[in-house]
Amino acid sequence: MTRMTVKRKLEILSDAAKYDASCASSGSSKRDSRDGNGLGSNEGSGICHAYAPDGRCISLLKILMTNFCVYDCSYCVNRVSSNVPRARFTVDEVVDLTINFYRRNYIEGLFLSSGIIRSPDATMADMVRIARRLRRKESFRGYIHLKTIPDAAPELIAEAGLLADRLSINVELPTDAAVEAYAPEKSPEQIRGAMADVRHRKDAAQDRSHRGRRPPRFAPAGQSTQMIIGADGATDKTILGRSTRLYGDYKLKRVYYSAFSPIPDSSAKLPLISPPLQREHRLYQADWLLRFYGFELDEITSTTRDGNLDLAVDPKLAWALEHRALFPVDVNKAPKELLLRVPGFGVKTVKRIVSTRRHCYLRYDHLLRIGGAMKKAQPFIVAGGWSPGSLTDSACLRARFAPPPEQLTLF
Amino acid sequence: MYHVVIPKIGAATAWRTAARGFLAAQVPPHEICWQEPGAAPELFARTQAPPPTGDIKVSRRFVAMANSVVWHRDRDRFARLYGFLWRLRDAPHLTGDHGDSRLARLRRMEKNVHRCQHKMKAFVRFREIGDPEAPRRSFAAWFEPTHHTVEPTASFFARRFGDMDWRIITPDKTAICVDGVVSFSAGQPRPDLPEDAHEDLWIAYFENIFNPARLKVSAMCSEMPKKYWKNLPEAVAIPNLVKTAPERAEKMARAAPTLPPLRAERMKERLAQGNATDGTLPSQSSALRQRK
Ligand code: SF4
Repeated sequence: MTRMTVKRKLEILSDAAKYDASCASSGSSKRDSRDGNGLGSNEGSGICHAYAPDGRCISLLKILMTNFCVYDCSYCVNRVSSNVPRARFTVDEVVDLTINFYRRNYIEGLFLSSGIIRSPDATMADMVRIARRLRRKESFRGYIHLKTIPDAAPELIAEAGLLADRLSINVELPTDAAVEAYAPEKSPEQIRGAMADVRHRKDAAQDRSHRGRRPPRFAPAGQSTQMIIGADGATDKTILGRSTRLYGDYKLKRVYYSAFSPIPDSSAKLPLISPPLQREHRLYQADWLLRFYGFELDEITSTTRDGNLDLAVDPKLAWALEHRALFPVDVNKAPKELLLRVPGFGVKTVKRIVSTRRHCYLRYDHLLRIGGAMKKAQPFIVAGGWSPGSLTDSACLRARFAPPPEQLTLF
Repeated sequence: MYHVVIPKIGAATAWRTAARGFLAAQVPPHEICWQEPGAAPELFARTQAPPPTGDIKVSRRFVAMANSVVWHRDRDRFARLYGFLWRLRDAPHLTGDHGDSRLARLRRMEKNVHRCQHKMKAFVRFREIGDPEAPRRSFAAWFEPTHHTVEPTASFFARRFGDMDWRIITPDKTAICVDGVVSFSAGQPRPDLPEDAHEDLWIAYFENIFNPARLKVSAMCSEMPKKYWKNLPEAVAIPNLVKTAPERAEKMARAAPTLPPLRAERMKERLAQGNATDGTLPSQSSALRQRK
């Protein structure tokens, strides 16, 4: 058999990695290579070095170490029963690609995951070897994200956390039943156990020893996970409920939602649909409201009857439309918590409103300058020179925001 | 009337020194003509700013903003900054006033520069110009920023690429970093950089990380505006990816589910016996068997 070129491997193993939504490289420990003895830096906020035509950020070299896999997850292009071409990178090849891409300013670092070959431990050990080589031999100070294998040995996870900025383990699907049905070799409990383990190691690395020394930091950019949505029948309420628990129980940095997307070689168990991109978008918005805007889970999911978010309007607007009695709010007087509920006002806008109104009376055009999305906010606020009158209660308010219904044609 | 030329290299310090002098000497904005190099001085104008005297206290927020705005390509940037600084004498609270329209404009300019710096950090693409085996490798890039962003952004590259030499050439300034020391010189026309084999690999990566089932060209273009494409090697792949995406997505959807390869059954069996290809799969296999 002729040996596969690195380029061909890269094609296969990046194609296999694209269904992982995360490409984040932010929020890790600050470091640089000014001392001249290494390569790379991390300054807190991540950088997207390119955007693919799917609009997604390309920040990391996101590849699989190998797409050989002995598991048979129905949604996954790498499952043992799929007919895609297979490849496997050597440790050297991954290290070399990472360093050379980094030096050319293509990437912030590496996001490495893998199909499961031989045994979970052997797979994880190879991934750790790559990270170790990058850090020790190449003195690489860029970003490393490792997708850990759920039942790999604890020593391997311990070392992975010291080498990588972020660790992740995918919960894969929103409910345990779905995982059992579509990822038969995986165990939801084991996945949660692995997440708990990472959380504890991270917590432990924060405690100073009795001499006041800090242990080396463990996965400083935290852990994240991903859920595929639209492959099983879970409602948004179920999905958001699951992520709320994940954020709470394991202190996750991020839960990624990945719209189930057609794959080149599908399984009969999971017929293909076009990916529910709008739903994915609404879930991210709801996720944001839960984490940064003080919304409770049932406030968001109670606006619809079937437990799914309104696809036509964003979840904050949907909530406001259902709670018109609370509006309009006076931007010069309302407490911060209420301002955060105004559609069109982001966290930054609210912060600016609160700081500016201390020394001046806010008028409508001030708000424009501050950067509120005023078209959206109009019906819900009172400001100097602006009152929405009967607009807030008007029956057609929703129609103002919802996209027009699809045009009907003669049948 | 004063006529002050702010040089291209070191503009931030030059503007600040001049502004401090004018402020100390109480020269009002309308008596100063701030210029970029190359403009003809007015006849009878004084070309030296008064030397700064004494301590002048200005809010840190203003200084940070000025340090960005001086790199904006707007020709009136120096005058706008001084105009605002002049107003600050009697109304120091102005720096926090989100309602002030002239401040809002400066803030917008600051934002433009920040965005431009951000895009520069993202979109500069180096090519190797030295021996890859040399103890310090060297790289060069050609870049065309929207504002005069090379100087304030060079330190980022110095922090990041500590163990290699690099240069970033732009039409209006060149940043060179040798042995960790950054220096600036005049701009240059587009140089002929040697071909770099890794570009081909990078393009292959770009093509394959894209999911044709999620085509969203507008999202790509708003984050990676077309004006940058000509200097991004991967951009050559975009037209074809966009063109073939719908067809590829449809083909995936239409393709009937395939039968698993023979290998799959064998591997599954071995997995169930607790024996993967050439190692063992512990712990889970018993649970697996029960479920089946
Ligand atoms: S374990 Fe499942 S999801 Fe992971 S690569 Fe294998 S088949 Fe895909």
